[in-house]
This record gives sequence, C-alpha cells and structure tokens, in this order.
Amino acid sequence: MVEKLAELKVDYAGVKFRNPTVLVSGVLGTDAATLKMVAKRGAGAVTMKSIGPEERAGHNNPTIVATEHFMHNAVGLPTPGYKNLGDKWEALKGRDFPLIASVFARSVEEHAVVAEEVASHKPDLIEINLSCPNVKGLGHAFGTDPEVAGKIVEGVKKVSGKVPVIAKLTPNTHRLVEVGKACEEAGADGLVAINTLGGMMINIDARRPVLHNKFGGVSGPAIKPVAVKSIYQLYANCKIPILGMGGIINGEDAIELMMAGASAVGIGTAVHYRGIEVFELVIKEMNDWMDKNNVKKVSELVGAAHE
Amino acid sequence: MSDIPKMVEIKRIQKETKNIRTFFLDTAINSAPGQFLMAWLPGIDEKPFGVSFKAPELGITVEQKGKFTEELFFLKEGDKIGIRGPYGNGFDTEGVKTACLVAGGVGVAPINALAIELKQKGVEVKIILGARSQDHLSLSESLLQCGELYITTDDGSMGEKGFTTNKLRALLKDEKFDKIYTCGPEVMMIEVMKIADSNGIEMEASLERYMRCGTGVCGACSINGIMVCKDGPVFNSGQLKKLTELGKWARSKSGKKVTLDDYCRGKC
Ligand SMILES: Cc1cc2nc3c(=O)[nH]c(=O)nc-3n(C[C@H](O)[C@H](O)[C@H](O)COP(=O)(O)OP(=O)(O)OC[C@H]3O[C@@H](n4cnc5c(N)ncnc54)[C@H](O)[C@@H]3O)c2cc1C
Ligand SMILES: Cc1cc2nc3c(=O)[nH]c(=O)nc-3n(C[C@H](O)[C@H](O)[C@H](O)COP(=O)(O)O)c2cc1C
Ligand code: FES
Repeated sequence: MVEKLAELKVDYAGVKFRNPTVLVSGVLGTDAATLKMVAKRGAGAVTMKSIGPEERAGHNNPTIVATEHFMHNAVGLPTPGYKNLGDKWEALKGRDFPLIASVFARSVEEHAVVAEEVASHKPDLIEINLSCPNVKGLGHAFGTDPEVAGKIVEGVKKVSGKVPVIAKLTPNTHRLVEVGKACEEAGADGLVAINTLGGMMINIDARRPVLHNKFGGVSGPAIKPVAVKSIYQLYANCKIPILGMGGIINGEDAIELMMAGASAVGIGTAVHYRGIEVFELVIKEMNDWMDKNNVKKVSELVGAAHE
Repeated sequence: MSDIPKMVEIKRIQKETKNIRTFFLDTAINSAPGQFLMAWLPGIDEKPFGVSFKAPELGITVEQKGKFTEELFFLKEGDKIGIRGPYGNGFDTEGVKTACLVAGGVGVAPINALAIELKQKGVEVKIILGARSQDHLSLSESLLQCGELYITTDDGSMGEKGFTTNKLRALLKDEKFDKIYTCGPEVMMIEVMKIADSNGIEMEASLERYMRCGTGVCGACSINGIMVCKDGPVFNSGQLKKLTELGKWARSKSGKKVTLDDYCRGKC
C-alpha cells in the first residue's frame, strides 16, 4: 500500500473504508476468492455480484464487449440465487475488509425476502440494485419511479437489522434526483450512482446487434460526464452519502467524482483497461495529486466543486 | 485492438473426424500457442476456442458438443463468423530444447499450434495424442510433421489401447524432457502433473472454465480467484498446485459452484 502523506480513510454510510476505492457490483465479484484478491490488491471495499431471488443463467454471449472508449454489457444478471450462496458466505467469514452485498428482485416484496436472508450473513452494507437496465421486467421500472423505489427501500430497511442499506440508482431517467430523495426519505443510509447507461451496438458486417440481448449498459470512460452530473445533482439535493461510480480510470477521475459529491468511488470497467492493479494505481494517483495540491485528507475533497 | 467481434470468412473447412472439424479463417491474427479466440455466431452465442493453426491460415479445431458447435457445423466455406481475441497467456517455451506434449480429445487444438511452433524453433518434440476412440482423434497428420507421435485410444480403435498417461509413464522410463505440456480433460492433466512432478520435470496445462468477457473483467471463469481467461488459460505446476478447486469445482453459467463432473456434462 502506498498511503503516504494524505489521509485516505473514508467513512461511508457508517462503514469505515481504508481508502475510497470500491470494487463495483458485476465486475470480478463472482466468488469469495476473487473478492478477497481484489481487497488484497488495494480496494477499500468490495461488492458482490448482484444476488437475485432464484438461479438465473444470464444471457448468451456476447455479453461483454469493449472499445477503447467504453464497455458495453448485457450479462443478464446471472446469479446462483440467494439460497445457493452458502459456500461464498462461509468463505467470507472473518474477512478483514468491508463487504457490500448487492441484491435485486422482481417485485417490491421480493426485495425484502432476498435482503433478509442476505442480511443474516452480515455483509457490511446491503446495496439494492434498483437499476439494472439489461433484464426485462427486472429493475428498470423500480429505479425510474420514486414511489416504487421508496417502497423497496422501506421494505428492505425493515428486515436488514443493523446492516446499513444503500440504493443504487440508474441514470436512465429524468427523475434521478426524485428517486434519490425518495430513497433517502424511505430510510436509505446511502446512495450509489451510477449504474450503466442504456445503449446498443450493431455489427455492420453482420447486420446484427453485437450483444445477444441487443440492448445493454454502457460503462467506462465515455459515461464519466454523466456520472459526474448525476452525483453533483444528488449531492446538492440529498444528505446521505454517495458512492460514486461511472468511468473512473485513474486517480484524477476518482477525485473528480469526489468533488462532485462522492464520499467513496466505485471502479469497474477500469479493470478491463488496467487490470486488477487498477486499485493500487488509482490510490497512488490520488495520493500524488493530493500531495501536490497539499490536501491532507481525502474527505476534504467530497463535494469540493459545490459552492 | 477493440474487444468487439469482427466478421471473417470461413476459407476452408477440414473434416477431421465425424465430430471434429477445423475451420480456417480468412484473417491473420498474431497469437501465441495456447491463446484462444471468442467465436461468434450472431443470434446464437459466442464461445472460446483455442487457436490450432496460426499461419498461413488461422484455424480453430472444434468438437461438436451442443447447440453452438452444432450451429457452427452447419456453416459452409464462404460463410462468416465473428471473432475477437486472441486472449490469454499462452505456453511458455523459453529455453526448452526437448518437450513432450500430451493431448486428450479436442485438447489437441492448442497443442497443435504449440507443436508447430516448437518444431520451427528446432525443439525436439514427442507427442502423445489420446482420445476415447478414433472418432475423437484429430490433427494427427499435422502433429506427425512436428515430431514423434504416439496415439492411444481408450477402446483401442486406433493406436495403443489405454490412456495417454500410461504412455507418458512408459516414455519417461528411459527419456527426459525439459518440459511437458498438456491440454485435455482436467483429470488427465492432473495425472500428467503428478507424473511430471515425480520425475522432476516442469509442466504446463491449459484449463477451461465458463467464459463471458475473455478479458478478466466479469469473474465468470474464476478458479480460486484466478481468471482462467486472462491469468491463464495456461498454468504451470507451481500455480496449479495452489488451485484447490482444480479437478473438483467449476462455476456454471449462473455462477453457482458445481462439481467439475456436472460442469463437464454440460449441466450448466
Ligand atoms: C480457453 C478455452 C479454449 C477452448 N478451446 C476449444 C477448442 O479448441 N476446441 C473445442 O472444440 N472446444 C474448445 N473449448 C470448449 C468450447 O468452448 C466448448 O466446447 C463450446 O463452448 C461448447 O459449446 P456448445 O454450445 O456446442 O455446447 P454446450 O452444450 O453449450 O457446452 C458443452 C460444454 O462446453 C463448455 N462450455 C460451454 N459454453 C462455454 C463457454 N462460454 N465458455 C467455456 N466453456 C463453455 C462447458 O463445459 C459445457 O458443459 C475451449 C474452452 C475454453 C474455455
Ligand atoms: C460487466 C458488467 C457487469 C455489471 N453487473 C452489474 C450488476 O450485476 N449489478 C449492478 O448493480 N451493476 C452492475 N454493473 C454496473 C457497475 O456496477 C457500475 O455501476 C458501472 O459499470 C459504472 O462504473 P464503471 O464505469 O467504473 O464500470 C455492471 C457493469 C459491468 C461493466
Ligand atoms: S471470462 Fe470474464 S473474467 Fe474470464
């Protein structure tokens, strides 16, 4: 680890991270060994691949493609189902890093069913994936309707015990701020923004969509401005802390999202461009920038771009 | 290069056996033996295949197993498929002067690319090629050009009756190699590893796990937290020994931990 001059510890929704970088849901979070590996390689916290109500295989390939500017995915929320994760929880007992458990479901009520079981395994945070745009009938409508989003958060809060609950928002709506506020009012302990932006790619030689699902989510460098704006607006309108993500490649991107209002920052697609080393690299780059600019504590950067 | 499929023409199809074909593609990709491509049939699926021929034509050698490979076998010369890659690390051949290659079934695909390269480098090569029966044996003609070839089949329909590993043990009685390379069923590769170990010979094996991205992002292909697509698919015996899931566990398409047996029987 490279912690030098600057203080990198952050507090997010009552949970202490040794640095602000977080592995996002859906990237490398499939098994306990990988989560441990990512934590060992520097991440301040790690998120499990979203856990659903029952076993789902996800879509056929291509599910994940990338250009130099963005990644495009429609994995289709594969999940062993919350009842089939015993070995994963067992292997994560006694861990020395914060663990975020991401959950999704098909109805308002089902979120509480999944979350209750998940809470019994004592993750450090439960993240409700209100937002996955890639699966018919899952998520999308939840994350674009403030009332429904609020009800889901309320239901999960009732069964989550001491585990703080955070809501992951979709940028695919003009009602982002309303949804964020509804989650806050319903008792959410934090927000996560943003999930991927809806998109599509066509292979012109094949005259067919590239992703098997036709439509998918765009992540990586191309969506950073959307992430920055979303986080900026949420910060201006909500009091609960934000885990910001979307397009972070290097330390300066991470600082940009923090200045927009993020208390901690998620890294996903950058694993494609820079490998698992990206966490160590981003931390070092943040450190270098802070040293050069005489910033002593990373928490000083949160919301710094607001007047 | 971008990690999106590029459409390329199938230039030539070589029937190896009833179940196995080599598809030669009208494109040049600089790949190392052991690396693989993701092959796309629009509207169907996209799956990983080891490069079996690098040049003069890029080739993949495919065994018909399920839906995807069945659809691939309907294609004719002149039809197009999408490919992206190459992915993975490839075999390490540095400093090797004598090598023994052990291939089981369609695991022969990357072994063939390796045999060709070793031969070009002037390495002395012996190859043990095994399969359940003659119907599952392929690329023997190409391998014959690269070194001394021994064939085994479980049912004796071609070559010696028995396993590749029996042949390897027999060879090692009076021969020494700098390195043993293997690709095939995982149980076979584990046996090869044990034999290599007890003879104090370095070895490398090429593994398979369910794959999506091919670039180390999604975690689908994890074995003990190591990404087979990016950190592998080739691992040396030192690395293999640390993989407690080897020969026992794999992850299905949903990400559920399943026994290797269930995984190989396509219950995923
Ligand atoms: C690195 C690597 C290299 C490979 N090289 C070759 C090769 O050179 N020649 C060859 O014939 N086969 C190769 N395979 C296996 C090949 O990908 C599968 O046989 C093929 O996907 C079968 O698809 P199917 O739809 O016909 O059969 P299915 O019935 O769908 O699958 C049969 C079996 O193939 C495996 N499989 C299926 N989908 C995938 C996937 N997306 N990723 C990984 N494994 C899968 C599973 O074990 C499954 O049980 C390789 C696999 C990997 C991981
Ligand atoms: C391959 C892939 C799979 C993803 N799967 C999930 C998921 O299961 N649940 C979820 O909430 N977000 C998922 N996401 C979205 C990411 O968690 C993240 O919000 C988004 O990618 C933006 O961050 P990035 O640009 O750093 O990747 C996925 C993203 C990618 C690229
Ligand atoms: S296939 Fe996605 S990490 Fe290996």
